Amino acid sequence: MAHDTHDIHRSRAEFEFIKRKRATEMRGQLTSFAMMIFLTLIAFTVVAADFSNYLIVPIILLLAAIQVVLQLYNFMHMSNKGHGMMAFFMFSGIFVAFTIVLTMVTIVWW
Amino acid sequence: MSSNSQKKGFGATIWDYMTTVDHKKIAILYLISGGFFFLVGGVEAMMIRIQLMKAGNDFLSAGTYNEVLTMHGTTMIFLAAMPILLAFMNAVSPLQIGARDVAFPFLNSLGFWLFFFGGVFLNLSWFLGGAPDAGWTNYASLALASEGHGIDFYSLGLTISGFGTLIAGINFLVTIINMRAPGMTYMRMPLFTWTTFVASALILLAFPPLTVGIFFMVFDRLFGANFFDVTMGGNTIIWEHFFWIFGHPEVYILILPAFGIFSEIFAIFSRKRLFGYTALVFATILIGFYGFMVWAHHMFTVGLGPTANAVFALATMIIAVPTGIKIFNWLLTIWGGNISFTVPMIYAVAFIPSFVAGGVTGVMQAIAPLDYQLHDSYFIVAHFHYVIVGGVVLAILAGTHLYWPKMFGTMLSEKLGKWTFWFFFIGFHLTFFIQHFLGLMGMPRRVYTFGADQGWDLFNAISSAGALLMAIGVIILLVNVVMTVVKGERVGNDPWGDGRTLEWAIPSPPPFYNFAQTPLVRGLDPYWIEKMEGNKEGMVYAEPLGDIHMPNGSFIPFVISLGMFIAAFGAMYHMDGHVWALPVLIGGLAITFGSMLVRSLKDDLGFHISKEELIADNERIQREARALEGGKKGGLK
Ligand code: HEM
Ligand SMILES: [Cu+2]
Repeated sequence: MAHDTHDIHRSRAEFEFIKRKRATEMRGQLTSFAMMIFLTLIAFTVVAADFSNYLIVPIILLLAAIQVVLQLYNFMHMSNKGHGMMAFFMFSGIFVAFTIVLTMVTIVWW
Repeated sequence: MSSNSQKKGFGATIWDYMTTVDHKKIAILYLISGGFFFLVGGVEAMMIRIQLMKAGNDFLSAGTYNEVLTMHGTTMIFLAAMPILLAFMNAVSPLQIGARDVAFPFLNSLGFWLFFFGGVFLNLSWFLGGAPDAGWTNYASLALASEGHGIDFYSLGLTISGFGTLIAGINFLVTIINMRAPGMTYMRMPLFTWTTFVASALILLAFPPLTVGIFFMVFDRLFGANFFDVTMGGNTIIWEHFFWIFGHPEVYILILPAFGIFSEIFAIFSRKRLFGYTALVFATILIGFYGFMVWAHHMFTVGLGPTANAVFALATMIIAVPTGIKIFNWLLTIWGGNISFTVPMIYAVAFIPSFVAGGVTGVMQAIAPLDYQLHDSYFIVAHFHYVIVGGVVLAILAGTHLYWPKMFGTMLSEKLGKWTFWFFFIGFHLTFFIQHFLGLMGMPRRVYTFGADQGWDLFNAISSAGALLMAIGVIILLVNVVMTVVKGERVGNDPWGDGRTLEWAIPSPPPFYNFAQTPLVRGLDPYWIEKMEGNKEGMVYAEPLGDIHMPNGSFIPFVISLGMFIAAFGAMYHMDGHVWALPVLIGGLAITFGSMLVRSLKDDLGFHISKEELIADNERIQREARALEGGKKGGLK
């Protein structure tokens, strides 16, 4: 018996499970990739269609926010296990920053 | 490794502390420097009270009064209260979670030295042309009009020490998330560790706005930008927003660790599990969140409009709810407990009514229309001293007594401690209670004198007398410290006899590696659980005895901070057109970035304590413990 080679023995069920999981993950990545391209197209379209700036800017900001979330979850592994604390801190930070910006916009610069 | 039982020379000890990365020694550094700044701030407070002792006094000129007042507030918040709390966090929370050190020992040391040099820089203003004089809040219209370099000392000094605090906060977050011993789940963490955690999160989110605000201030004053200059299209209110977006969370950064210390004390000296542990944890987190949504209650009279005032008034009042939850939990912890009135417990019991009084005035001020009457009067001064002195400072004094044995291995005198308590406590209420009425009678805050015909003489005289009592209390504490150090009577692991958490299961002071074997935590209050099951060792272990990896000490944090300190002088005097200023600025930055480069390029892999050394050290510890036992039986008690 060789002590320094690691053979990983997986049962048939385990193997199937992992395979299915990888396939789901892959599908998720492809879907979000497609969605991102679609979002980018929308962004270009609203600009090309010459809508009012008051419409374009919020739409693009919204699309950007969706992109960020897609990126984080589907490509940067936030959906995987053990990222709860990280997500909690990120969303707390985003929340705090959002209230500050909202207040500034509504009571200082409006 | 018997290095800590050997006597070292004075120089070697100093060098040891200048290069240490051990959280327990850094705690001592924080305690000594924070304590020093506390005394400086205290002297400034006495000068304020002497000036206001009687009508028309001329002890301080109007200009000097503004400087003393500003430096009192700034020193007490940034250089005394926060660092002393950081001292306890450093000394205790890694032990409470069963860790051998914080996650980034090097950064821990860097955080301390940045704070230290920032504080020294700020205080050098006294000798270099005058201290800042625009209040600790440094409102932009005052600050931009202030002559001399006082305000520059404020902004650069706070930038440097602010970096230090931010680094410390991040370090504790990473430590508490990643370095908990096996079994130490989040919901088994002692409350002091929890409050350290939430306060660190607040530091992480609150200090950047301050840094941004100060950055604008530096640019306005030193490089001619116009962020806050109304005549040039800037907006002076934005400073107020930045300051209070930081400032309100800051007061919670101070009070949460204080709550943590008191939670430990109530449980230990009532010999009971904390009542409502879960509620206390969630109240802490909630307070942390709400803390970011209320800053404009400091700006009700600015003219934000009725809608904004109403929103912020409501948000502010909501904070009183989790705070109230905590108060009831503490009361119910004491209820039916087997109470021993040691000095820490006396402080804790005295804290409850004092802090509640401050909370009640806080809710009064949160009523926006009423605040038009109260704002910028002595009522505000009374409010924040009730919460800060009645909450934070009492916790610091209680914590000093409680954790002194863990940090230094000796016990402060209980008798002198009680004297300190009574002088301080009576003096505190005498000084500040009456200021509520001075405020209601119309005395504005931040005035350097008042007239004899205004009817404020008697109350001001009483207030000054109270301050004298507090000063006497602090002096007795100093005597206590000196006597305890001189006597040097050693104590064992659990000197209070009723410790509940892991720090009391190891020697006082702990060996430099804290735990020879990482403990296994089997529930809330792990040491108490083991004691109750008759486990003599006080711990069960999660690993066999083996080599321990430790970080090397380093002088680099000191040098990095020194470089920033030098660069700050260059930046400041550059404005006056001195030719040497620019080279000093560049030289300072070169030192800072050069030492960072050295740190990055040179591998420092630390060292290992071998199993044999651990066994030998353990024998020494056992021997000392036996000697202590013998000594007790022979003479004392
Ligand atoms: C029940 C909780 C609290 C409420 C509702 C509350 C409310 C307020 C309000 C409305 C003000 C502004 C008053 C004005 O300037 O007109 C204020 C000022 C202040 N509070 Fe509180 N507060 C609370 C707890 C605390 C705590 C726990 C601390 C510190 C540990 C604190 C420290 C301060 C300070 C330092 C100021 C004055 C800042 C300055 O203008 O220099 N407060 N508080
Ligand atoms: Cu506030």
